[in-house]
Formats: sequence, C-alpha cells, structure tokens
Amino acid sequence: MSDIPKSVKILDIVQENSLVKTYTLDISLHGKPGQFCNIWIPRLNEKPFSVADDDGKVMKFSIAEIGPFTQELAKKKVGDKVGIRGPYGKGFEYKKGEHLVFLAGGYGAAPLYFLARQAGEDGCEIEFIVGARSENLLLYIDKIKKLKNVHLHIATDDGSKGYRGYNIEVLKEILLNKKIDHIYTCGPEIMMKKVSEMAFEKNIPAQISVERYMKCGFGICGNCVNDGTGAPSCKKGPVMSNEEVRKLKDFGQYHRDEEGMKVKL
Amino acid sequence: MVNLNVKFCGVDFKNPLVLASGILGVTGDSLRYVVQCGAGGVTSKSVWLKRHKGHPNPVIIANEYYMLNAVGLPDAGIEKAKDELGKFLKEGSAPLIASIVAGKQSDFGDVAEEVSKINPHILEINISCPNVDDEFGKPFACSTIDAAKVVEEVKKRTKLPISVKLSPNVSNIAEIAKAVESAGADAITAINTVGPGMEIDIDMRTPVLANRVGGLSGPAIKPLAIKAVFDIYKAVKIPIIGTGGVLTGRDAIAMMMAGATLVGIGTAVYYRGAEVFGLAVKEMKEWCKNEGVKNIEEIIGAVHL
Repeated sequence: MSDIPKSVKILDIVQENSLVKTYTLDISLHGKPGQFCNIWIPRLNEKPFSVADDDGKVMKFSIAEIGPFTQELAKKKVGDKVGIRGPYGKGFEYKKGEHLVFLAGGYGAAPLYFLARQAGEDGCEIEFIVGARSENLLLYIDKIKKLKNVHLHIATDDGSKGYRGYNIEVLKEILLNKKIDHIYTCGPEIMMKKVSEMAFEKNIPAQISVERYMKCGFGICGNCVNDGTGAPSCKKGPVMSNEEVRKLKDFGQYHRDEEGMKVKL
Repeated sequence: MVNLNVKFCGVDFKNPLVLASGILGVTGDSLRYVVQCGAGGVTSKSVWLKRHKGHPNPVIIANEYYMLNAVGLPDAGIEKAKDELGKFLKEGSAPLIASIVAGKQSDFGDVAEEVSKINPHILEINISCPNVDDEFGKPFACSTIDAAKVVEEVKKRTKLPISVKLSPNVSNIAEIAKAVESAGADAITAINTVGPGMEIDIDMRTPVLANRVGGLSGPAIKPLAIKAVFDIYKAVKIPIIGTGGVLTGRDAIAMMMAGATLVGIGTAVYYRGAEVFGLAVKEMKEWCKNEGVKNIEEIIGAVHL
C-alpha cells in the first residue's frame, strides 16, 4: 500500500493531433480502461489523467495541452522523469460477446480506445463513435480503425470529417437501427447528460465517466463528492452506471472548484 | 443490547464516532453520506470567513503506516458554508460540529458569529492546523495566552458550546488545555496532525508535498493521541473529542478509556473507506458484549485509577 508518487521515465512521446500527445511511461500499475492516475511534475502540481493504455509493462496517457500543467508536460522530452501514483477509481466493465456502442467526445476517445481493444478481443462487437469540433481535433482515428470487431463512426461539428453535427445524433441513429446491449460514454458532460437521458428512455444500460475536480484520488479530501449521493466520485466513479448517475444532482448541472464552490457547466 | 449513546456538551450522539474535520465534509450531502455510513456525528471542513485557497497538489500522500497532508484548508467562505451546512442541519440526520478557522483573533469572532446563525450543535475552533502559514493557526494553539484569547473572543460572539482543537506539537498539551478551559471552552478536541513532517523523493531530489511539509496522521500517531487525551483528561473537567490514528472499534475504546467522550475518525477513511464508521461501531458493540459493558459511557476515563 503506497500512495506516494513514484518517479518514472518517459519512454516515448507521440503527437496525436494538434492538441494531444501520447506519453508512454516506463511503468505498469495495472490500470484498467476508465481508471485514472495522478501525474506529478515536481514544484508545479499533480493532476489526474485517465489511463489510455496499460499492457502490463508500460502505460500510456493521451494528454491535451490546455493549461499550465499540461503545457509544462508538453515541454518534457523522452528520458525526462515524471511522478505517478494510482490507478484510482472504478473503470468500465463489459460482458463478453455483447454488442456495444461507444460515444467519445474529444479526449474521451483515449480511454474508450483502451476499452474497445480489450472488449473487441473478448468477442464484443463495437460501434465506436468519435466526435470533435473539427477534423484536426479527432483523436485515435487510425488506431480505432485497426481494432478487431470495431466499426468506426465519425462526427465533426463543422463537417470537416464524417457526419456534420453532434455525435449524439449518430448514436440516436445507431440505437434506432441496431440492437445494442450497452452504451459507454466519455467526454464533455453536456454530451454525456444527453446520453444518460437517451439510454434511460430506450431502457439500455449505460456506463458514464463522471469527471470532477480530484485532488487525492482516494476518497479523503472530499473535493470530488457528487451532490445527491454525497459520495466521492474518485472512489464510486469516475465510471458509474447510468442508474448511479441518475441519482447525482450535480451531473449535467454544475461542478465544484478547488474550494468547493459550485460552478455552472 | 449495548447502548453506544453518549451525551457531549448537552448534545445526544447515537454513537461516539464522529467524522474528524478535514476529511470529506466539503458539502452537506457528503456529511449526510458519512452519517449513512454509520457516524454518530460529523465535523465540517474548517470554514473561513472569506474564500481561502489551498495548496497545489500533491496535497496528500499515504502508505500503510501514515498519511502526510498539506491540503491547506481550502474553503469557499461563509456563504457556501451556510448553504451546505444549513442543508445538512435541515435534514437532521446527526449532530453537526462546525469547524471554524481564521488568521486573526478578531476574525475568529466574526466567523463564529456568522456560522452560529445556522445553529450547528457545536463549534470547533481550529487553532492548530500546521498547514497554514505561521501567522495563522500555529501560534494560537502553541501558546497558552494566544489560545485563551481566541477562546474568549469566540465565547463573546456565540452561545453555542465550543470545542477547541489542540496541537500535539507543544511541550505540554495539558497546560494549553487548562488555559482554554479557564478561558471558557466547553470541550477539547485533541489532537490535530503531528509535525509537520516531510517526505522526499530521492529521484526527483525534492519534497513530495507541494507545500514541502505536512501534518502527520494515521496509525503511526495513535499512541501520541492516546497519551495526549490521557494527559488532558487528568488536567481538565471539560469533555474531550479524542482524535488521532483510530482505525477500529478497539482503537476507539482505547481512546475513550484514556478520557475521550467522542472519538474523531478521519484518516481511517483512507484505510477502510467511509464504511469505517459502521465497521467500528460493530466492533465496539462486540467488545462491549464480550466484556459485559452495557453503556459505553461507563468506559470513559477507565484507565485513570
């Protein structure tokens, strides 16, 4: 039992799209799709990131450059060290042989790719919808195409690639035409809120990755508690069943900042 | 049938286990969740008058022996506290101990007066957090004069019973306890975290906590906490919330035998989840049954002959 960061070397860095790089770290913490690890840059900060891959030897994280921390991370080179601890939280679960649909918005494609690879190999058939604002922000497209038993669907808001419009429309279409056993989603909360409602109406089980401001990762600091249940999402989530998500009063409405103040979505 | 009820500062608790300040406790719903897990009462995170920023991450590290934290008392201030704690009080699931903190003596009075408006059952005065800058918590709990002054100020501004949370990082905690009792404190909470301590990552050549140092809690500090409660019990007549390293029902009973009426549980949530409250209640009942103890209050101070 140790929740103290370990320092590890960056083995590889790949530019995925205009914003996202994938970092391969010289460690396996046996992370599962949907779980997260805290990555530490000494004297700066430590932030949670979902596991994009863990093959038992190395781990991968696909991280967008969007703030001071990720900008500093983007300056790192192969051979540099970062700290890591985890994995934390509950990941996605599936049953072998089911027909699944994945809805990824933006960076949500990374953990769902990790899940699709495992589920596809376990005989699941997967409709994988990837959405982004435009083509240059789509993530993991080439990797997803190569997966076994996976059918790729693309949507962009501006129509620069695939369906023009929100990826949720593609989901609606698939649910109309195919018999789907389970829905999985990771991405912007407004999008996931719609998935939650759609899944409930159609009576299809869903698993949703609920992201809150997490500090400790192990249910102590209390910053990531959801309203409604009052439980910390780092322990009871981030992946929750739609049944659990529907008990949350903050989901799709507001987040809390680092001092616990409500911030509207 | 074992009766775990205790009366503390005139307030009835269905069992002596209360959530310690700083663990969970950010929202009203989160406090209710802890009660659902079995706590007899809850302590809020420390409330500041105005928004107070915490430290950057890492703020908490832990292993099987101890936890080291420097969260830095982040809080959104009095209005958010009134909303969240007010919501919890309205539901009435268990007694609420509202923890308050300030950087200046007069601010302690202001925040006490404001928080008292929502009528929590007890106020806990945090004069002992090791994680705020030196001009804040540390001096108050480390000097008999400063500690007493804060208590006098708060007593002027509230009618609620107040418990003063003391620091173990002093040469004689009983002396401080006596000083706050004379100044009008209704109870003592002991102990806050120990140290501060430091952990270093040798590969990175840097302290791990962003704040460099943090308060030590968890199993390693239990003997220190028990001894502090033992010393305070001998020195004062007011009741004690014994906190520090309690993981099991048997630990809680040891803390009560040293002199605690209520037992704070915090870091144990890391080791056993929020479910620790229900588990420890069960363990206390089992011990009482085996030992023929009918009312848990019988064992308070039992080691003092």
